[in-house]
Amino acid sequence: MAKHHVTTTINGDPAEFLCETRQTLLDCLRDELGLTGSKEGCASGDCGACSVMLNGTLVCACLVLGVEAEGATIETIEGVAQGEALHPLQKHFLEEAALQCGVCTPGFIVAAKALLEHNPDPTETEARYWLAGNLCRCTGYDKIIKAVMNAAAEMRGA
Amino acid sequence: MGNEEEIGKIIDYSGRDFRYIGTRTIRPDGVDKVTGRANFGADFTVNGMIHGRVVRSPHAHAKIKKINVDKALKLKGVKAVVTGADFPEIDINDKAVGEVVVSYYDMAHNVIARDRVYYDGHAVAAVAATTPEIAEQAARLIEVEYDVLKPVMTAAQAMKKNAPVLHKHIVTAGVEPKPEKPSNVASRTEFKLGDVAAAFADADVIVEKEFSTQTVHQGYIEPHACCASIGADGNTNIWCSSQGQFMVRAYTAKICGMETSKVKVIPAEIGGGFGGKTVIYLEPLAVMLAKKSGRPVKMVMTRDEVLRATGPTSGGTARARIGAKKDGTIVAGELELVYEAGAYPGSPVALGCMTGFAPYDIKNVSCVGWDVVVNRPKAAAYRAPGAPVAAFGVESTLDVLAEELGMCPLELRLKNAAVEGTQAPYGVKFNRIGYKETLEAAKAHPHWSAPLGPNQGRGIASGFWFNIGGTSSAEVMVNEDGTVIVATGNPDIGGSRASMALMAAEVLGIDVERIKPLVADTESVPFSMLTGGSRVTFATGKAVIEAAQDAVNDLKRRAAKIWDVDVDQVEWENGQAVCIESTQHKPLTIAQIAAKADKTGGAISGRANINATGAGPGFGTHICDVEVDPDTGYVTVLRYTAIQDVGKAIHPSYVEGQLQGGAVQGIGWALNEEYVYSDDGRLLNTGFLDYRMPVASDLPMIDTVLVEVPNPGHPYGVRGVGETPIVPPLAAVANAVSHAIGKRVTDLPLSPPRLLAVIDGK
Amino acid sequence: MSEIQFATPNTVKEAVKCLAAAKGKARVLAGGTDLLVQLRAGFVNPGLIVDIKHIPELRQVKREDGGFRVGAAVAGAELGANAAVKKAWPGVVEGLELIGSTQIQGRASLGGNLCNGSPAADGVPGLIAAGATCRIAGPKGTREAKVEDVVSGPGKTTLKPGEFVVSFFLPKRSKRSGDAYLRLIPRTEMDIAVVGAAVSLTLDAKGVCSDARVALGAVAPKAVLVKAAGKALVGTRVDDDALEAMAAACRAACKPIDDKRGTVEYRTKVAGVLAQRAARIALARAQGE
Repeated sequence: MAKHHVTTTINGDPAEFLCETRQTLLDCLRDELGLTGSKEGCASGDCGACSVMLNGTLVCACLVLGVEAEGATIETIEGVAQGEALHPLQKHFLEEAALQCGVCTPGFIVAAKALLEHNPDPTETEARYWLAGNLCRCTGYDKIIKAVMNAAAEMRGA
Repeated sequence: MGNEEEIGKIIDYSGRDFRYIGTRTIRPDGVDKVTGRANFGADFTVNGMIHGRVVRSPHAHAKIKKINVDKALKLKGVKAVVTGADFPEIDINDKAVGEVVVSYYDMAHNVIARDRVYYDGHAVAAVAATTPEIAEQAARLIEVEYDVLKPVMTAAQAMKKNAPVLHKHIVTAGVEPKPEKPSNVASRTEFKLGDVAAAFADADVIVEKEFSTQTVHQGYIEPHACCASIGADGNTNIWCSSQGQFMVRAYTAKICGMETSKVKVIPAEIGGGFGGKTVIYLEPLAVMLAKKSGRPVKMVMTRDEVLRATGPTSGGTARARIGAKKDGTIVAGELELVYEAGAYPGSPVALGCMTGFAPYDIKNVSCVGWDVVVNRPKAAAYRAPGAPVAAFGVESTLDVLAEELGMCPLELRLKNAAVEGTQAPYGVKFNRIGYKETLEAAKAHPHWSAPLGPNQGRGIASGFWFNIGGTSSAEVMVNEDGTVIVATGNPDIGGSRASMALMAAEVLGIDVERIKPLVADTESVPFSMLTGGSRVTFATGKAVIEAAQDAVNDLKRRAAKIWDVDVDQVEWENGQAVCIESTQHKPLTIAQIAAKADKTGGAISGRANINATGAGPGFGTHICDVEVDPDTGYVTVLRYTAIQDVGKAIHPSYVEGQLQGGAVQGIGWALNEEYVYSDDGRLLNTGFLDYRMPVASDLPMIDTVLVEVPNPGHPYGVRGVGETPIVPPLAAVANAVSHAIGKRVTDLPLSPPRLLAVIDGK
Repeated sequence: MSEIQFATPNTVKEAVKCLAAAKGKARVLAGGTDLLVQLRAGFVNPGLIVDIKHIPELRQVKREDGGFRVGAAVAGAELGANAAVKKAWPGVVEGLELIGSTQIQGRASLGGNLCNGSPAADGVPGLIAAGATCRIAGPKGTREAKVEDVVSGPGKTTLKPGEFVVSFFLPKRSKRSGDAYLRLIPRTEMDIAVVGAAVSLTLDAKGVCSDARVALGAVAPKAVLVKAAGKALVGTRVDDDALEAMAAACRAACKPIDDKRGTVEYRTKVAGVLAQRAARIALARAQGE
């Protein structure tokens, strides 16, 4: 069987790739398209390091088949900053030192961005539960939660 | 650990005003990491690259009878297969001594099994193919015939008289007379101080308890990954994430039988290590596959492989006995530790023995450790290796002692706290340390006196870690426009580049934004020991300071040349050369001097190759509040405060981050993390679903207090900070839970089923 | 590792045809949160994957006979966003919303949660307690089944070759009714239930329980309806004695195993504890609190 030819929109740009059925969207982003910002930490949906937006819904790219992306709109960490302008979440992650090794950071930023689009004024508890699918082993989450709350406040203009 | 020669060389920097040290700058590698541009181990690709997969043993203990690779080699797209037979044999006595002793023989056999497999997940073969899918398929086609043996899964099983013996060449070291029979007990270690028996006889109160913990994993989010390429001339490049590019070079060269100069290791960003990346697993396999196939080979572990075959740290038992006078003066301490080393000797049990009683001034101490091999993966270093389990035993028993004495557990610790001049059980006399200060900070913290509700409890516990120095190198290169590059040989796990830039900025007197710190490959900077032992900010920081001073000296020489004055007429102030002899020479900035470098002798740089001594021990005290659901045994951590003597916080945010992250790893260890094996030795929880590390919603904010008692052995007072924070939490949580339920808990993890059994008295 | 075909039927009929042609070698894909993990681990090796998300019927939530018809491919978060379903069957929705992280919530479907056959599936006890049924399509046409009859054991269903679940039916809610689902996991999120308990009950005008259904998860080879537990509540005011009798019935119905997530003893005790707590919440909801 020939590979599937998948046509998508990634970070606003048209993108095409070839894949076999068993390849995940994460495999396709990383290996076929060179978008290595999404990380593989577990390949079972338990760590969130591969978080991306698929048609406006936050998903783990490791739990989506590449072929399912046909006609879909995908947003990855690579599309969060606009050129040189960092997203407020990115800025606050840096200011609050919300990363140590940084491998979970892309997933956290994509997931947190989805949170703030869904709920611009989350409580700390809401933020913690929303981000429970993103594992961080370095920070103890404290500074990540602070960064998210501060970015939310800035985005609300508070 | 401990540097007697440096003791007494007190550097007084109190009252010194820092310009950059202690500020919260944006980390230099930050933008790449928040935008997804940073390249970690698995993000690297090279033209012509193929993909490797490892075949792993499904058995915990077995003889390898035969490996048939024919079917795999016939599969289209398969380029090479390697087994243990492809690797050179290594002398059984070939060892390297670092933070823990490394046996190259064991490491080589751990990387790929020869005649026997010793744990579920042990590598037996590896295959490389044109796609990951074909490699995976080929791995399934490699037929391994095993003669399955009975596994020994726990130290208790392994120490039984008739237990199957894992290694015929191991006889118990450290016991007299030397035994003749092989044993699973690799060694006995003892540290002694004073007359313990007499001191216990003299004690008014004696408490004794036994504790147990399970195997836990470092849990870094980035699986091990590497890419190796080798030319016909033997020149080899390895791109990988690790805790030490020089470590990877040395170990890979050794295991593959290559000269060091043939191997170049280019460090990737590292996605967490916590000690687990201070050893190698994939690199020799990738090199051999690359050699056989003539193609660059990339290998990336799955999470299942990470949990089955890398890390973890030892499960073990701790028996602690403490004798005290009625007034709370501790007169005697005894600690017996039994740690599971995994498949090969080398658990961190000796470090446990050295650290358990280290926070206390006790004149009579005996600490005995047993290192026991079992059919689990070979233990690797994990943040303060050995110390958390020892501290769990000692700090829990201290809590029991406080109850017996009717004394506040914090006051008991204050009364017996080690101070400057205290003789530590492991041999050194402490220099200026800040343990007492952490206890005083705990006492003053509002957390300590906050009210508690029903089913709630508060625990306090302390911890110690040596922190080490060692060989580090640094190069400071002044660019033509006066910006500066600081190159070191240590992977940056948690923000060390930010600290390096800050220390260089302090010496050079220029803005930190004008300094670019980098982690260089093995051929661009001289040798450095790996990132571990909480040594980088201290030791490599010291090298950076010296290299920056060397660069300043060079800059001063150049300024002297430009002005045509003696170099002793030039001083360095606020990032400028100043001529003290005459006012006619206007100060010269770095940029001005750099612009004329070609006229004053060529490129400007500084360098330092040091073996840093004078590392300062770190002490921490943690306070934990929990609530226990008495009907389900579910524990909620309500509040947590981590207090630590950090010497001098170069970048306070990242120091706080170390305290917070270490505390949470410790909370995970205490509450839900554990390896679960079937009776026949297969690991049952090989993913993050059932290897339960804390998630964001499990935790409160982790409050921190940075106590700064400067380390006299560092020009800016730096102490290592990374490891100490994981030492107190096991006991802090367990003490809190014990108070909440009114019963002493002694076995970790305190998962709901285990805790409910304690509550219900079963 | 053979190649896998991939199909995206747009109607139930087409899907049935695809599945029939694959002669049992096909797997149905909805959210994929279980299937992709099994695929990656090599536990399954299908010849065909049939993505049923493009069939409108499987993605809809609509009113039917005073109750709701919910497509089998509807994700937990989608159902959670449906205010009417949430108001009528809060326990059903909270069970489905407990499946996995935010990322999983956006994908994991009701049908998948059931047909994966896990005894610990969070969505299932609530559906059983609610008396929900499901519509199953297959080569021989369409049939209806009670949710509790779909799973036969761990990883196994009573679906015949070529059959798949199309939709669920949540019945009309009587007045003064409430339901709730609680589970015990060692962490706050990201775990599989060690024990799950769902209770649905209805009160009469005097506040006496006239109907009750109790279902337990993770305490037997499949999620179970504990009829005796429901009976223990009927005719009572759901007071402490009735709750204790119900808990005893729950404990008696437990046939759990010791595994990496919990012990027999633990699961049995906590099944009673959670059922009581869930019943109190269901009672409060029935009383309109």
